[in-house]
Amino acid sequence: MSSEDRWLLPEGIEESLPDEAAWLEHYRRSLLDMFSTWGYELVITPLIEYLDSLLIGPSDDLDLQTFKLTDQLTGRMMGVRADMTSQVARIDAHMLKREAPTRFCYLGTVLHTRPSGRDLTRSPLQLGAELYGHAGVDSDVEVICLMLETLKLVGIENICLDLGHVGIYTSLMRQAGLNAEQQKSLQALLQQRALPEYEQFLSACSLEEEWQEILMALSDLSGNEGMLDSAKKVLQNTNSSVIENINYVEELSKRVMQRSPEIQIHFDFAALSGYRYQNGAVFAAYISGQGEQIARGGRYDAIGEVFGRSRPATGFSLDLKALAKISPHALQAIQGIFAPNDDDPQLHEKIMQLRAQGERVICELSGQSGDALSMQCNRILNKEKQQWIVKERK
Amino acid sequence: MNTNSNINVTTIAVSKGRILDECLSLLAEMGVRVANEDLDGRKLVLPTNREDVRLLVIRATDVPTFVQYGAAELGVVGKDTLMEFTGDGIYEPVDLGIAKCRLMVAGVEGKMPENRRMRVATKYLHTTRRHFAAKGQQVELIKLYGSMELAPMMGLADCIVDLVASGDTLKANGLVPIEHVADISSRLIVNKAAMKIKSATLKPLIEKFRLTAKNP
Repeated sequence: MSSEDRWLLPEGIEESLPDEAAWLEHYRRSLLDMFSTWGYELVITPLIEYLDSLLIGPSDDLDLQTFKLTDQLTGRMMGVRADMTSQVARIDAHMLKREAPTRFCYLGTVLHTRPSGRDLTRSPLQLGAELYGHAGVDSDVEVICLMLETLKLVGIENICLDLGHVGIYTSLMRQAGLNAEQQKSLQALLQQRALPEYEQFLSACSLEEEWQEILMALSDLSGNEGMLDSAKKVLQNTNSSVIENINYVEELSKRVMQRSPEIQIHFDFAALSGYRYQNGAVFAAYISGQGEQIARGGRYDAIGEVFGRSRPATGFSLDLKALAKISPHALQAIQGIFAPNDDDPQLHEKIMQLRAQGERVICELSGQSGDALSMQCNRILNKEKQQWIVKERK
Repeated sequence: MNTNSNINVTTIAVSKGRILDECLSLLAEMGVRVANEDLDGRKLVLPTNREDVRLLVIRATDVPTFVQYGAAELGVVGKDTLMEFTGDGIYEPVDLGIAKCRLMVAGVEGKMPENRRMRVATKYLHTTRRHFAAKGQQVELIKLYGSMELAPMMGLADCIVDLVASGDTLKANGLVPIEHVADISSRLIVNKAAMKIKSATLKPLIEKFRLTAKNP
């Protein structure tokens, strides 16, 4: 590295300058306050911990995304958190052990080995909420509504909510008699909707004709509400749990629509992209002009099992920094009061008074360059008749 | 929905060259035409006779990127490019059956090394690595951007992995096809988010592509 590029940051690692930092801090506070009014308690999870407890799901993707290092004290492998869900799961299962439904929220920087998303970031500011201890539509509706409320609070409108259910395709693939290896390959093709290859792969699996047709139809089960009936028709002869899952998603969509009639709902039963540990209903929010989802979540029952207690769970997460870039809300720059360099005790008292009222007061330093204007101050403190008075800057 | 008038325009990113030519005739069969004067090779955004469809003409390797980030809702690109593309965020639902060719290993007959690691020149690094790894063979890869056929002749590599249409270029440079890697044709690709948000507009259009596609 030459001295000319010493200022360079690693790829996908960014800093927030005052404007963006002010936005992030403002909305960090208002969002966590809002979560608190919904009963979601803030937890602060460790930045780094043993790999065994971070990587508890079946996801290879999360493994790949996690930065790893060796703990010099124990020789064990540690990972820098790439996602906070497993950490919150440990808190619920092992630390708190409450019986009643428990609601958590969290906010913190996570680190990824590979850049992702439209901003190609490797250090998203993850904000999320999780609800433990309830299985059923009620908790999924609550979490989805909280996600929509979060987006609304930062001014994002015209949301398209994508709903799906991981149980549908996993159950179909298992019933069709595919082995784990085949399921994995087929899922990858389904994720890309590479239909020509998907069809080719299916016919090479030597399945019964009926199952071949059903799995082929699965790739096309996406669309608006009208798709639900055709999905039920196509899948009517399969395991009853499949139809139950479709009904679950339908019920979920109706309940969400009741509360937020302005959103557009899209169903996708072949969608699995980016879901890491989810095993039930899944959902994601999209807006026009963004090529990718802006928030997502779903149900991941029994995630805490590896920590000794299995509870149903559902939740969502998003990258607050990504929202900062697409939110139409801009913060107004704070205008301060400029105080002259003077050691008059009355001036000091006045400054402290103003600060206590929430005003930004900037003190002049002796011999400094720049005036009130260049310090973003629209007012100045002036001494008139032995009194310090705030006046408009001329 | 958004009242922006652009919102209902569907943008299709198409790879320059042979794929564009064959795609234009496919589109014409679907009733989407580009005026001849727009095809002078300088315009990068081509309007069509349908107000709600426009084309972007760009390099093949850029097509998946444009579609991934939603700069275009649809794209037409060769499977060879898609096999090299490592990003996420796109669907590839339709094989358009145009710009067909094969991805092949080619070399000088009888001059393939047997007891040492083979050097392969190609611009398809991922695909080539995967192909040889699947056969249990480790190879050295040499990335080239064009004129692959020169590599074996000049002793740069033992063989090449490249697209073969008629085989004439290979023959002219003293090479023979050795192994088939994949059949290639152009695919219709779709941005995942657009597929959800604009499914009412895109689904019928994709279906039309499927019906018009030249499939065996």
